[in-house]
Amino acid sequence: MHAIATKSPKAAPSPDRTAAARGASASLSIALAGSGGSGVMTAGTLLLDAAARAGFYGLMVRTSGPQIRGGEAAALVRLAHTPVATLDDRFDLLLAIDWQNVNRFVDEIPLSAASVIVGDPDEGAVPDVYTASGARYAPQPFKKMAKAVPGCWTNMVALGVAGALAGLPREALEAALRESWKRADEKLAANLAALRAGMDAAGGIDDVRRLSLREAPAGKRWLVSGNEAAGYGAIRGGVRFVAAYPITPATELLEWMAPALAKVGGSLLQAEDELASINMIIGASYGGVPSLTATAGPGLALMTEGIGLAVSAEVPIVVVDVMRGGPSTGIPAKSEQSDVSFAVSGLPGDAPRLVVAPTSIADCLETTQWAVHLAEALQAPVIVLSDQFMGQSRAVIDRPADVELEGRRLTAAANTPDYKRYRNTETGVSPMAIPGTPGVVYTADGLEHTEAGVPSSQSRDHRLQLDKRARKLLAYDYGERWADVEGDPDADAAVITFGSTTAAVREAVARVAAGGVRVRLLALRLLAPAQPERLAAALAGVARVLVVEQNHGAQLYRYLRSVYDLPGRAASFHRPGPLPLRPGEVAEAILAWRNP
Amino acid sequence: MSPRVRRKAPAANGGGAMPRTLTEFMAQALVMEVEAAQRYIDLADAMETHNNREVAALFRKMAAIEGKHAEQIMREMGWRETPAPPGKRVWEGFEAPETTPVDDVHYLMTPYHALELALAAEIRAERFFARLVEATTVETVRRAARELRAEEEEHVALIRAWMEKVEKPGPDWAHDPDPARYLD
Amino acid sequence: MNDALACAPPTPQTYKSSYKPIWCPGCGDFSVLSSVTKALAMIAVPPEKVAVVSGIGCSSRIPAYTTCYGFHGVHGRALAAATGLKVARPDLTVLVAGGDGDGYSIGGNHFLHACRRNVDLTYVVMDNHVYGMTKGQPSPTTEPDWDSKLSPGGTGVRSFHPLVIALASGANFVARAFSGDPNGTAEIIAQAIRHPGFSFIEILSPCVTFRPEQRDWKNRAHPAPVTATDDPARAARRIMTDDGFNIGVLYAGSRPPYPLGRTKVPVAVAELEAEFAL
Repeated sequence: MHAIATKSPKAAPSPDRTAAARGASASLSIALAGSGGSGVMTAGTLLLDAAARAGFYGLMVRTSGPQIRGGEAAALVRLAHTPVATLDDRFDLLLAIDWQNVNRFVDEIPLSAASVIVGDPDEGAVPDVYTASGARYAPQPFKKMAKAVPGCWTNMVALGVAGALAGLPREALEAALRESWKRADEKLAANLAALRAGMDAAGGIDDVRRLSLREAPAGKRWLVSGNEAAGYGAIRGGVRFVAAYPITPATELLEWMAPALAKVGGSLLQAEDELASINMIIGASYGGVPSLTATAGPGLALMTEGIGLAVSAEVPIVVVDVMRGGPSTGIPAKSEQSDVSFAVSGLPGDAPRLVVAPTSIADCLETTQWAVHLAEALQAPVIVLSDQFMGQSRAVIDRPADVELEGRRLTAAANTPDYKRYRNTETGVSPMAIPGTPGVVYTADGLEHTEAGVPSSQSRDHRLQLDKRARKLLAYDYGERWADVEGDPDADAAVITFGSTTAAVREAVARVAAGGVRVRLLALRLLAPAQPERLAAALAGVARVLVVEQNHGAQLYRYLRSVYDLPGRAASFHRPGPLPLRPGEVAEAILAWRNP
Repeated sequence: MSPRVRRKAPAANGGGAMPRTLTEFMAQALVMEVEAAQRYIDLADAMETHNNREVAALFRKMAAIEGKHAEQIMREMGWRETPAPPGKRVWEGFEAPETTPVDDVHYLMTPYHALELALAAEIRAERFFARLVEATTVETVRRAARELRAEEEEHVALIRAWMEKVEKPGPDWAHDPDPARYLD
Repeated sequence: MNDALACAPPTPQTYKSSYKPIWCPGCGDFSVLSSVTKALAMIAVPPEKVAVVSGIGCSSRIPAYTTCYGFHGVHGRALAAATGLKVARPDLTVLVAGGDGDGYSIGGNHFLHACRRNVDLTYVVMDNHVYGMTKGQPSPTTEPDWDSKLSPGGTGVRSFHPLVIALASGANFVARAFSGDPNGTAEIIAQAIRHPGFSFIEILSPCVTFRPEQRDWKNRAHPAPVTATDDPARAARRIMTDDGFNIGVLYAGSRPPYPLGRTKVPVAVAELEAEFAL
């Protein structure tokens, strides 16, 4: 295997600070940090909200220590004029309400000499790990300022400072605060005052990159998390039954769906464990209702046998796997793309199934909707590989267009003569009898079976059913959704990736293109079954490929090599979580690969 | 005429066994200090893990003070090692009177709250000794209980004075705008 | 190791590691940890001869906070891992720990069978009627009308009664304890360890973050008005009619524990092939 070894990211060369500060920047990255009750997550959410009101796009990633409440926490925000789906290589601004254990986040908040650190001088010195970057320090006595406004909260002062430094208009920040307010009105006044005090104080800090204000984009926009988008996509696709077992980082998807499903006439059942969840949704789907569950690695492992049952009995189900650090209990609150191997091949027997993966928070909606559609159309299990980064982060996105993609199951008409549930057809999809329909009664079975569904150990039946179950997936036309093909159509090199790394790779490709290095980008949305013809077309003229992914075992790389003939020598750039891949390191990897 | 209902006098030790000798009593008093100190240390650790350094430091101070009281008792009794702990259920409630209950803390509590807890602990201890003074029939025990009670009264006064100097918490001290986090 | 140290009787500190628990301040589990260390000191077993096996959840973090051997396994399977360990190593003292979600939901099946099998284990469940670690979903012991995001309006499902299930399934020792009574709990744990067979202790341990109303438990928990019985039927009647806050050993039976014997004199491996020889 030709692996790219890259050095760990160095600090960016020190640019002229004033020049960097002046004028419009492509994007602005702000980290808000603090501990125990300082409310930085809330401040980060409001910052993103205000930015959205001001017409910006943005992304917010949360990170925290191991405590359930009161721990150190940071909100990592990136704002720009175009949709943001990845963090940048550096943060322009680190604003800390206090420094207690904030040094824990040093790898997640990379700074450079062009960065600015704003901290409360009464809360101690900035930790060395941050000053080592050469970033400039601007003190701001947040606590004192908050005390001067009785009844207010310190994080509002910090929000004011951060928002003003970012160049957000006052009205946007105030509106965000007002709209979010759920408590007594007197407190609101105090916090608005604190916000204003923060905004005024920001004037004393210069040399911070600001975003230029532009007109807000036309069209509806949303502020949403990947988990919520996926839940909504499932409902749009027709899901009306969910069995749920809580697991980090999928629980919010299930919690969002609980009341949403009830509203549209569906239901969610909390199960005793994942073995129950998977079997419950198989039962519900056997009954004719499109069904789904969501889990993470450890839960997916428990669902394995159930997924096999869905394959053999040809019952449509969707399992969303919000990937987290593995293996085993792993790193529950962090992201990784290390369930690929398991998703594409982790079943006993020859058990073809579908695996799809959204490429961004926005894409979580349509890809999950597509998953429901595919499951119903092909009467098979679909695994949706989302991840913690997309699932638990929030982004400002353009309202996803309505797509005509509802699950449509081929069902058997009542009293069909000589009805056989698993009848061999050209497409491989057999009409499915829904309980309650007269004249087409059958018994679904995980045992191998005849076309009529009678258990069979005959070679003829096994061969026929195996061929049928494989063919129904391979013969299907997945259309253009299978992958996003971008970049230079004349390039002879291509980068292949999937999932949340797509945005970082996309940005890296754009950067190297600006420097004259031409590369095509292939972001896969359909991982299984393989699409040899489509891939060949997408890679026409390409002499070599680089596979980029966030895991230790180069899982996608190995999988692609096993199911595709990749052109030339395939190379791999991979590293495990918990840190997200950044555009800079991917760009370096691409350059190193192009010029070894 | 209705039968006379014999009312049982409430047990002086709230149902717990009363110490029969001075040694037994001082062993109980020692356990009070030791358990109080250990509890303060555990609470300090919990506070520190949750970035509440001020209160953690205060609890450690309390632990040190209780530790000194324990040492004092050992010195007075001439004990080299701690004697065997008292038998079953000598306290009125589940725990010794000077021990701060585990669930009386909050990760956002202020030093004033911590002093309130310490004050409550000392008051409980003082009341415990006061009741014993009234109820015991053993003279040596009564004398010792009286002394310890007087000491606890001093502690109560000290803490009250301390509290005068410490900032009182505002109405929103427990406010945390951020939601709880998942972990596993 | 020097003789003086070897002879010094253990204190609870002997069993407490230097890792600071990540539990929220006010969590009942702090007291349970203290009770476990006190109980082990009472039994005076060397820490290296004790194994603490757990699943996933706040309570299941406990092994690392002791100086015993620890096994932090997967969700709901602590009893299975502990059973394997004890059968393979009968010389060890094996404690199993976890919460109500881990033990009664995903672990429910293993719970039933561990009680039936009656292997000499001590199982401590820190019950706070909620899934704490994943941010507040109902557990099997949660009241049916407790509102939460995952089950809005309440699950509507009758809560699980672990003590009765344990008794009916064959556990040899069934007790209830309360984290607010660390000394009493320590006594019960020590008794449970000494008692042969499967000992089950349900410890009410309030969750200060997701169930703050459970602070009231200290006013409701009280010593059971009866002494432990060895008659399962009587114990069942008592448990099914109690208020859920009776503290104490409720049942201590004499069913023989799962046999952990080994053949005294093992035969040589080569002797096994005799049956194949022609």
